Amino acid sequence: MGIEEHLGNNVLTTSLEKLVDWARKNSLWPATFGLACCAIEMIVVAANRWDIARFGMEAFRASPRQSDLMIVAGTVTKKMAPAVVRIYEQMTEPKWVIAMGACASSGGIFRSYAVVQGIDQYIPVDVYVPGCPPRPEGLLYGILKLHEKILKDPFLTQKYRDQIVPAGRKHEHGH
Amino acid sequence: MNTATEKLQAQFPDAIVDIYEFRGDTTVTVKPDVLVEICAFLRDDPETSFKYLSSVSGVDYLPDSPRFAAVYHLYSHLYKNRLALKVFCPHDETPALPSVVPVWITADWHEREAYDLLGIKFIGHPDLRRILTPPECEGYHPLRKDYPQEGY
Amino acid sequence: MNSAELASGTETMLLNLGPQHPSTHGVLRVWLELDGEVIVNADPDIGYLHRGIEKMCENRTYHQCLPLTDRLDYLAGTANNFGFVLAVEKLLGVEVPKRAQYIRVLMAELTRISSHLFWLGTHGHDLGAMTPLFFAFREREQLMDLFEMAWGGRLFPCYFRIGGLAADLPEGFIEKAWEFVKVFPSKMKDYHNLLTKNRIWIARTRDVGVMTKDEAIAWGWSGPMSRGSGVDWDIRRDTPYSSYEDFDFDIPLGSNGDTYDRYLVRMEEMVQSNRICHQALEKMPAGEVNVHDPNIILPPKDKVYNNIEALINHFLLIEKGLTPPKGEVYHAIEAPKGEMGFFIISDGSPHPFRMKVRGPSFINLSPTKVLAKGRLLSDLIALIGTMDIVLADVDR
Repeated sequence: MGIEEHLGNNVLTTSLEKLVDWARKNSLWPATFGLACCAIEMIVVAANRWDIARFGMEAFRASPRQSDLMIVAGTVTKKMAPAVVRIYEQMTEPKWVIAMGACASSGGIFRSYAVVQGIDQYIPVDVYVPGCPPRPEGLLYGILKLHEKILKDPFLTQKYRDQIVPAGRKHEHGH
Repeated sequence: MNTATEKLQAQFPDAIVDIYEFRGDTTVTVKPDVLVEICAFLRDDPETSFKYLSSVSGVDYLPDSPRFAAVYHLYSHLYKNRLALKVFCPHDETPALPSVVPVWITADWHEREAYDLLGIKFIGHPDLRRILTPPECEGYHPLRKDYPQEGY
Repeated sequence: MNSAELASGTETMLLNLGPQHPSTHGVLRVWLELDGEVIVNADPDIGYLHRGIEKMCENRTYHQCLPLTDRLDYLAGTANNFGFVLAVEKLLGVEVPKRAQYIRVLMAELTRISSHLFWLGTHGHDLGAMTPLFFAFREREQLMDLFEMAWGGRLFPCYFRIGGLAADLPEGFIEKAWEFVKVFPSKMKDYHNLLTKNRIWIARTRDVGVMTKDEAIAWGWSGPMSRGSGVDWDIRRDTPYSSYEDFDFDIPLGSNGDTYDRYLVRMEEMVQSNRICHQALEKMPAGEVNVHDPNIILPPKDKVYNNIEALINHFLLIEKGLTPPKGEVYHAIEAPKGEMGFFIISDGSPHPFRMKVRGPSFINLSPTKVLAKGRLLSDLIALIGTMDIVLADVDR
């Protein structure tokens, strides 16, 4: 898990840790994960009016290996869920997840046979952004909250992440 | 009366089960065994010229019997005329209809969707397989009236 | 693979495009069989956004279905509402007042411009032209501000109601709309400057995805897809609805049926939509926006608070829902993507017995197998862009 493993958790590394966190939060690279309507608002956030480049995030990487943030924007259907989990697992540590919109947070208005009632059934989520779709400012607020989270307690985010077993994982295919 | 229905009555008098007009729309219910011939006639006859198939909708009329039907909505660019053809599947347990893909190739995906969501088999379809539903729905057809909205 | 195939290099490669891919406009998966860069077989696998909207509508009242229809073609929410509301009004046999019809036309055409602007930005972006995206979004944001004034949200209107509108236009809307309509034609010059005579653009889009007129009709193409192939059909002109016959507009047609022609058709459609908006703003009639029918339209709020009958009426309409007569209707409108049709079967109850949505993107995507065969992989991306698919419309 990067630099923490090599240096351990002692006083001398505090300022280095702060520097690393600051660097991480200022250059989060999102993975392109627009699924449905929320993707439109996500694209708009990256466009001229609500410029996400001010936060260092304009580089939406198509490859999960090169990204640290997965913004699940849109409805996750049961057909799509295995792909979401696979992309999440392919992302390298440290990684964070924002569930954007009502559908990703809890299934939204779609309570039907084909929709997963929230992506947190399969992967751990750091920030939930409500809305249908959330305004671009809403997504930016969620991203800023994530920045706060990254700065506040980075070890917590990573250390306890493995202990969170989302409900859906027990039944998922192949694991 | 829609001109197309007059031509249909003249050409296929025994195949027509019902003609239903409502709010300017005409729905002609026909027997399934001559469906493809009727469709080819409607497409090729110069006075009807229904070269465009808008949609194929599967319907589940549970608890009525016959239970399953397919409704074909046609449009003629030449005469700016619309017509709906309804066909009931002969058997409720194994609904099947002849495929109209030889007449309008756009029926390909429409029929796959009707098969996926309602279970109506289209005989003669080149590639009848599921198109929309997730693998969890294998063995089920979600749009049937006896399938719950939230699934199993 | 056997050694003979290996030696002669005839083995094809199976490549999976999507469902997570920056150029597939959403969750579309295409199973590709490639021979080098040439596509031997392309099989689109859809259903990754199938949310069961048709099933959900069977358990809701007609008004409760409206927000679900918003989410069908999420780039043109008004068009979906329009089609649904007109289908139910056909079922009921009511016609809304003239002012409501003109406002609906105005909103529908502004939405068409907004949808085409998004198409322009993303289609260009897929093929490597990043600048049109930012230019197009500049205008689209102006439209979003306008929409927010009228219906409170950016993407999902739910502004039309069965029997009229949710509310009349707010104060200041007409002036702001005039500002946009007057300036927009000059912005079109910017887009044309960037792409129309650009050699790379022409090389990427000329002769890609060619469909003749008869093929386009046989494959069920509608809207700009079929007009790019020369099919002279526009539902607004040929079977007009909601007072479209009062408006004067041209229908651009292509001749080659390739991606470049469809690009030009959509660009000109934006200009024509602007023209319709101009006329709608000029000739906007005064008057009511809702029909006078207590079985369909909610009574005005002041009556609801003061009059017991109006209160009961309001309560029953919300709780039970309106009940159309028994019957089956199909109504299609000219959505930005093509023919959007709603087939509604009513059994006399407050819930639709069956609601089938004829999504234009579903049918526009279907000939991909045929169009992509023998082309290069990069042509497939141009094809998907020109089809202007919205996966929620494909999968419903």
